[in-house]
Amino acid sequence: MDEKVTAIVDRYQGNKRFLVSILQDIQAEYYYLPKEVLAQVSESIDVPLSKIFSVSTFFKAFSLEPRGRHLVNVCVGTACHVRGAVKVLEGIERETGITAGQTDKDRRFSLEAVNCLGCCALGPVIVIDGEYHGKLTTAKAVEILKSYE
Amino acid sequence: MNFGEIQKKAEAEWKALLESDKPLITVGLATCGMAAGGNATMAAVKDALAKHGIEANVMPVGCIGMCYLEPIVDIMKPGRPRITYCRVSQDKVSSLIEDYLVYDNPRADMALGTIGDGTVEGILRLFDLPMLKPQVRISLRNCGHINPEDIYHYIAQGGYTALSKALGMDPDDVIKEVEKSGLRGRGGAGFPTYRKWQEARRSKRAPKFVVCNADEGDPGAFMDRSVLEGDPHVVLEGMALAGYSIGTPNGYIYCRAEYPLAVKRLNIAIQQAKDLNLLGDRILGTDFSFDIEIMQGAGAFVCGEGSALMYSIEGKRGMPRVRPPRSVESGLWGLPTSLNNVETFANVPAIVARGGDWFASYGTETGKGTKTFALTGKINRPGLIEVPMGITLREIVHEIGGGILGDKPFKAVQTGGPSGGCLPAALLDTPVDYETLARAGSIMGSGGMVVVDNETCMVDMARYFLAFCVEESCGKCVPCREGLPLMLEMIERITQGKGKPGDVERLEALGKTIVAGALCGLGTSAPNPVLSSIRYFLDEWNAHIEEKTCPALVCKDLIHYELDARKCVACHRCLWSCPTRAITAKPLEAPVIDQSRCTRCGTCVTVCPARISPITKLPGTNSVGAGRPAENQEVLVHG
Repeated sequence: MDEKVTAIVDRYQGNKRFLVSILQDIQAEYYYLPKEVLAQVSESIDVPLSKIFSVSTFFKAFSLEPRGRHLVNVCVGTACHVRGAVKVLEGIERETGITAGQTDKDRRFSLEAVNCLGCCALGPVIVIDGEYHGKLTTAKAVEILKSYE
Repeated sequence: MNFGEIQKKAEAEWKALLESDKPLITVGLATCGMAAGGNATMAAVKDALAKHGIEANVMPVGCIGMCYLEPIVDIMKPGRPRITYCRVSQDKVSSLIEDYLVYDNPRADMALGTIGDGTVEGILRLFDLPMLKPQVRISLRNCGHINPEDIYHYIAQGGYTALSKALGMDPDDVIKEVEKSGLRGRGGAGFPTYRKWQEARRSKRAPKFVVCNADEGDPGAFMDRSVLEGDPHVVLEGMALAGYSIGTPNGYIYCRAEYPLAVKRLNIAIQQAKDLNLLGDRILGTDFSFDIEIMQGAGAFVCGEGSALMYSIEGKRGMPRVRPPRSVESGLWGLPTSLNNVETFANVPAIVARGGDWFASYGTETGKGTKTFALTGKINRPGLIEVPMGITLREIVHEIGGGILGDKPFKAVQTGGPSGGCLPAALLDTPVDYETLARAGSIMGSGGMVVVDNETCMVDMARYFLAFCVEESCGKCVPCREGLPLMLEMIERITQGKGKPGDVERLEALGKTIVAGALCGLGTSAPNPVLSSIRYFLDEWNAHIEEKTCPALVCKDLIHYELDARKCVACHRCLWSCPTRAITAKPLEAPVIDQSRCTRCGTCVTVCPARISPITKLPGTNSVGAGRPAENQEVLVHG
């Protein structure tokens, strides 16, 4: 039994109602949802593993695959879209060699195209590890990526 | 402390801050401010103060709504009005602080306007500016003005007086006040708020629940985020008033995962309210208890739909169910639940405090009060606005928004996000209210308003929203799961120049079938952007289908780039930046574009020195689709 997982489950008193919150905390800890951890959660909150998979595949924020060191979220909301988000995304895809939803070989970057992040007036916007970068061009985005090792 | 004492303390603190002999400096630190570099500005402010040995009160505030001018810094010197400075990036902070605080030069060149009594030479009053003048701020009244992490600031602006007043009223009278105000659901559907509360109150079953829908998923909408980040207590107070009216101690806020700052500020606000006994057990010594729990979403648009949202709170997959029963009869765990939107709650405290009639004095016959909109897209002054219902789209776009970026022609305004539609220039004089927008083929929606110019392709726009809904469809009902991808496939063919006569009619027929047959709000409204685009921009669809051209020069398969060797100075920047090496050249000669390798990414145009611009985007296909990698095509099909 992994102690970190026990601690997370205990945070919610093992209540199955908090499944989504438990999965969020696990993802914050491991950057993804490891299979063996999900098995442990299943046992401790008494929810079948199939149900846990059904929830974790439904919500987009969850990943069942290991993620890279840096999570790059490219906003493809409407306002960013009309201001050229697609070009920025394509530029990042060319630079990293991966497409949205993938992680590169060295696990340096995981790239996600995400729904509106709510700072539309500053589009196109990308968020790397929780840090916002606004008013981007393809060239600027590529330059910013270089500062993340 | 009783409420009177809390108020006195709050007012004294607020007065001390405003009348202090130290200057007050505020920095806009909502998500939009941060994206514009607000944190660095904040750090630079502190550095500059330390450097000059100036003592000042420094605090973060929420978003005042002028996102395009971020980072925004306000400085109030003793005895002077507050001056709002815009675009204060970190490198400008030092000179601003030095000039104004050391040499008393208010830097009118960097100032946007003044707030409060008194004038400063050369600076206009902020609320006289064309962007702010037509606005009426009720739900946003404190945003950008107070520190959202300090409950006393909120109380000093009259916060929690409505709750304290309501606790001495009969709950039915509170509901009556909301009925008089004419407040309707601000999440988009426009259901009268009082009726939800009344039905939940009358239900004999218990426990009951008050749920706040903060799963603001529409792309291009950020009204709820701004309220939650800039004034979280107004939402908590609104929810407590709902709880008191309905007669329940249980409140939930369902907030989307993309808004970490909103969640953080809500948590702080809930704790502060509990510490002052404005939430929690036996509020202000009465028999009424009310507690609020925050649940975070995990990135599913459909969870903004009522029943899906509630399943998600229960820890299940967020898939909508058939209605009726409505959620006031059978909501969370099958129990009576009143689900209201963030902005709806944010209006309630002012309604209870100042009376329903006051609120109803704004707006139109069917739409009372004000509505917030996130004004974005190709517009000069994008940002968050709050306007009285009944204002025309023209006033919003041209007066508040300042017209189209680069003085290009206005083409359309998209309201209501993926559930709404595009309205053309001919409808600019439409007054904004629930019914008029619906008649025009769009919806009020939650408040996203994206303005587009003639460089935006309406077919591509329809494709974009449809692809969004295909991606977000939960897959439960057939019309949405199977119908939307079919529509998308057809539109993609059209954008690739492979449209066939009759496609438009087929899209309309399929769209109407989905509207009639889908299970939830997402499915029944998903065809709207396509249907309204066809209704108002049929000529653009026909151009794609019959002439195989994209008039806005957006659809990649219907355009190509050409280089005019006579204008070119042979700097070869395009050659080095071309990602597919489609551009080649002999030394010192103008490059040549190999159309079969070109992916129409447009990088060459962006790196080419603008004053010579030898590369132009032209209509027509020079070898359709060639050079595009196969997996890209695949991605397009699946949205």
